[in-house]
Amino acid sequence: MSSLNNSPSSRAWQRFKRNRLGFYSFVVFCVLVFLSLFAEVLSNDKPLLVHYKQSYYFPILKDYPETFFGGDFETPTDYLDPLIQQKLSSDGNWAVFPINHYGAQTLNYFASTPNPSAPSGENWLGTDDKGRDLLAQLLYGFRVSVLFALALTIVGTVLGVITGAIQGFYGGKTDLAFQRFIEIWGAMPELYLLIIFSAVFSPSLALLLILLSLFGWMGLSDYVRAEFLRNRQMDYVRSARALGVSNWQIIKRHVLPNSMTPVVTFLPFRMSGAILALTSLDFLGLGVPPGTPSLGELLAQGKNNIDAWWISLSTFGVLVITLMLLTFMGDALRDALDPRKVEK
Amino acid sequence: MNLLDVQNLTVSFGNKAVVHGINFAVKAGERVALVGESGSGKTVTALSLLRLALNAQLSGSATFRGAQSIDLLQISEQQMRDIRGRDIAMIFQEPMTALNPLFTIGNQIAEVLEQKQAVSGIDIAYTAIKLIASTGIADPERCAKSYPHQLSGGQRQRAMIAMALACQPKLLLADEPTTALDVSLRLQILELLSDLQKQNGMAVLLITHDLNLVRKFADRIIVMEGGHIVEQGTVSDVFANPQHAYTRKLLDSKPVRDVLESSAVINQQDQNTTVTQQPSMQAKDLCVSYPAPLTGVKGWFKKGEFVAVKHANFELQPAQTLGVIGESGSGKTTLALAALGLQASKGHLQINGQFWGQGKAQDKGLRKVVQVVFQDPFSSLSPRMTISELVGEGLLVHAPEFNQVQSQTKVLQVLHEVGLSEAQFPNLLSRYPHEFSGGQRQRIAIARALIVEPQILVLDEPTSALDVTIQKQVLQLLQRLQRERGLSYLLITHDIDVIRAMAHQVLVMRNGEIVESGSLNQITQQPKNDYTALLVQ
Repeated sequence: MSSLNNSPSSRAWQRFKRNRLGFYSFVVFCVLVFLSLFAEVLSNDKPLLVHYKQSYYFPILKDYPETFFGGDFETPTDYLDPLIQQKLSSDGNWAVFPINHYGAQTLNYFASTPNPSAPSGENWLGTDDKGRDLLAQLLYGFRVSVLFALALTIVGTVLGVITGAIQGFYGGKTDLAFQRFIEIWGAMPELYLLIIFSAVFSPSLALLLILLSLFGWMGLSDYVRAEFLRNRQMDYVRSARALGVSNWQIIKRHVLPNSMTPVVTFLPFRMSGAILALTSLDFLGLGVPPGTPSLGELLAQGKNNIDAWWISLSTFGVLVITLMLLTFMGDALRDALDPRKVEK
Repeated sequence: MNLLDVQNLTVSFGNKAVVHGINFAVKAGERVALVGESGSGKTVTALSLLRLALNAQLSGSATFRGAQSIDLLQISEQQMRDIRGRDIAMIFQEPMTALNPLFTIGNQIAEVLEQKQAVSGIDIAYTAIKLIASTGIADPERCAKSYPHQLSGGQRQRAMIAMALACQPKLLLADEPTTALDVSLRLQILELLSDLQKQNGMAVLLITHDLNLVRKFADRIIVMEGGHIVEQGTVSDVFANPQHAYTRKLLDSKPVRDVLESSAVINQQDQNTTVTQQPSMQAKDLCVSYPAPLTGVKGWFKKGEFVAVKHANFELQPAQTLGVIGESGSGKTTLALAALGLQASKGHLQINGQFWGQGKAQDKGLRKVVQVVFQDPFSSLSPRMTISELVGEGLLVHAPEFNQVQSQTKVLQVLHEVGLSEAQFPNLLSRYPHEFSGGQRQRIAIARALIVEPQILVLDEPTSALDVTIQKQVLQLLQRLQRERGLSYLLITHDIDVIRAMAHQVLVMRNGEIVESGSLNQITQQPKNDYTALLVQ
């Protein structure tokens, strides 16, 4: 047995890697997230690079007025305008467009069929009822969902660990008071509050993050509390106390590392929960501000345009794949961290 | 004609075989002991005879000659269910977890009767009570109506035996039936098993690691090591003339006394010497109590008290060992926690002329003086820290001025002192506890305590979680450390052999009270108290 890098966490990682489905889900998910982080380069209505009259322009970084490229208006250039397209492709001028020529909010004014239009060579997954490219929306919507879920998961996990740790480690009256508080807090009608707040404040991702975080920490806090209650009376904590180690050091070195199993196990499930929460709120119109690309809004569009099957089907596909990848990762992680699983 | 013939039995989990083709036989009415250390495959062997080992692949044959001759490993699950309980019954180590907490004892016995025999209605209840009575429980009617938690450990084990014997099996598999019980109860349960065995004429396969029990109980002994049977024969033969090296090692595992008796000699020369020599630890009228809920309306307004240690008086002399012996619940661990300052106590507890709770700085100084080694080496080392972090932790608190190189040197030095070196274990410092065996972990735990150079070591059952051969080695280590470093030990244990090997002075505790105290000789040779006599016999 090699002793270097043979910490319990590295062994858990080895076990995780051995679960093929979970590991490849993890890889695929990471690739998807990585790609979506560069959505602007992949799917945009602006060219990445323009060569016009012997000089180079980077429209993706900077707005150029249309007059620059021989247009009539002082407004930022619409590169999808046939006039501009023609100018950019003649006289030795050229432009490098992203793979998909549409941004999340780009309206296709030049579509050959009425909106929502079915998938075509122009719009690979079709357009929605406002004429926006569906593929671009899905890509940007996926990014928003994942980043939001990541933020919500991190905030919720940190809050959950801190509150659970305080309750579990100190126990007694602290625990009692906190538990009662959680019971009251948990009884608040979350959805109702969201509706009220989205009426009072202008909806934004930050507001949503705060509101969902206010209620999202409780589930995890219970698990961490139970772990702390169990671990704080273990002999290694007693022997650390007998050595004179301070409370904070005991938490940091002994109890916390041994209490992280449920936290890590729940991470993917919390992510998928958060994505679902955002999607449902968007679907109900309580979520992100209008104009933000979002999976939930697309689902609502799909519901309103049942005959435009490409909207609901592709959005549904993206959601299912995302949630499934997360669930597979979660399963693998749970197996990897299960202390009862004996290494073969 | 053998009742049970096991041939070439192999048990494996996944690809890993834990029992490698063993052969043994049990005659009708015979008492056979299956002996071995933990991990030797003895429990798995018993469980696979009843096909109760989960996910195990079995091969070989186990012919059981009950009403007819059958191979236990081949018959259908349905037939197996008939065999279990009726022909072959099993009792387990821990009666608290082997009994269902939601049913009364009577109901649980009745269930067996109902399943296996055509006894009905009132007869069942009557039979159940009769069975309970046969195990020597004083008030069988009350016991039948009790839930497991309402009985004491000994009563629970008796109830388990009653349950196992309900259908008068021909073979009883007893898996460490006394290990979870207090010493004073062990012999009683064993005698009970012995009596019932004679009455019913059944065969008993006793699984144990305790050679004393084997000597008292069994006709024949089977010694297992690492999934192999290394020796079998009649008890008298094997004990008198062990053939295999491992058997000899087992028989030789009784701890040996090898401590300096010098202070005891001084005591005999001059009684006054003890007065001039300041004791390392001195307790006068020491009381420790826990808050306990009161029943009824009273409990709404105030908490009651459970007094775990009552008016204890003792002295621990430098470089000596004070042994504290008693059964579980006698308050001996609480006493240890109070000595460590981890449990608030009342009365007078003086350590090197100081007291706990006089302020943070003083307490920190005292922590350097008193250190502890716990019972279970698997829970006393945090599994997520390396050996270097674990052993070096004390230095962070008590020698913060040490730089990394200095503390590493110190850690290695202490580890070497407890018998662990880089030569045996490459990268010793960056290893994690799971890479070590129980005995090695206990050495690490001792090193962790020693690094702050304490004068007093509180040893809370330091060897009871270890196998007997390992126990001997760890005790030898402790004895050597005492001689070399002049350490004082407060040794908590339930094992009189450990006391005999280690202690200079002995306290006998029961229900929070010290029922007897004195020198080792006084306690073991002229016990004044009946309870002490029972413990030391």
